[in-house]
Amino acid sequence: MKRLFPHPLLAVILLILWLILQQSAGLGHILLGGVIAILASLAASLIIPEPLIVRRPLKVLQLIVVAGLDIVRSNIAVMLILFSPRPQPTAAFIEMPLKLTNTFGLAVLACLITATPGSAWLEYDRERSTVLIHVFDLVDADEWVETIKNRYESLLMEIFQ
Amino acid sequence: MIDDLPLWLSILVSVLVVGGALLTMAGCFGMVRLQNFYLRIHAPTMGTSMGGGLILLASAIYFTITRDRLIVHEMIIFLFVTVTTPVTLMLLARATLFRDRIEGNDGVPKRINGDQQ
Repeated sequence: MKRLFPHPLLAVILLILWLILQQSAGLGHILLGGVIAILASLAASLIIPEPLIVRRPLKVLQLIVVAGLDIVRSNIAVMLILFSPRPQPTAAFIEMPLKLTNTFGLAVLACLITATPGSAWLEYDRERSTVLIHVFDLVDADEWVETIKNRYESLLMEIFQ
Repeated sequence: MIDDLPLWLSILVSVLVVGGALLTMAGCFGMVRLQNFYLRIHAPTMGTSMGGGLILLASAIYFTITRDRLIVHEMIIFLFVTVTTPVTLMLLARATLFRDRIEGNDGVPKRINGDQQ
């Protein structure tokens, strides 16, 4: 069982994506999608050896809502700066220490920080467990780090670690 | 079918499409107007996050109502774009960081336990 389904969650997500793309939940689509999902998750197990465990599924919804609001807010903020006559953002690099070490948690955090227009995830240092982030319009570095830690890192640690 | 579209739907979809296009355009202007590479990497993320998101949402709402069934596969585009953007961005940004560090340019954080110095 473990060898046939190394990443059950990945297989289920792939099957759901397949069915949404086909816009049908017919038996044929479920069978074909299921075969593709299992083969793809077997292939993925070669490059992702560690198991993906979501400990608190409900927290994922909370994460989506929080991140969605953040993306909307920072889009408006960056747009206002870009449409000003002479955009002069106070950009800065931030070296942020992270307690989160789980691969999937880090990947999700990188996606969220990059998807938010005001910040970009540049370089993660696994030895020192820090990440280099470039912030577009920085007001207070300590406050910014605290916000990310409280809003995302603690949530991701609850979900993945 | 286009002729008897309800007014509220036309307004809602137009607002979403124009809003998304405006955000994407702001991002493109940013690419041209900002001063250096590290500032410019922020601009296109507006198109890939909310700009694209609003246009996809408009598409989902329009086709869900005109076709009388739930159409959400636009969300997959949003998911894939969000998941793949950091990969390209990190590749570009780290290449630039590497180059700036090698050339010893100012305003770039050094590696603390540097293996390149």
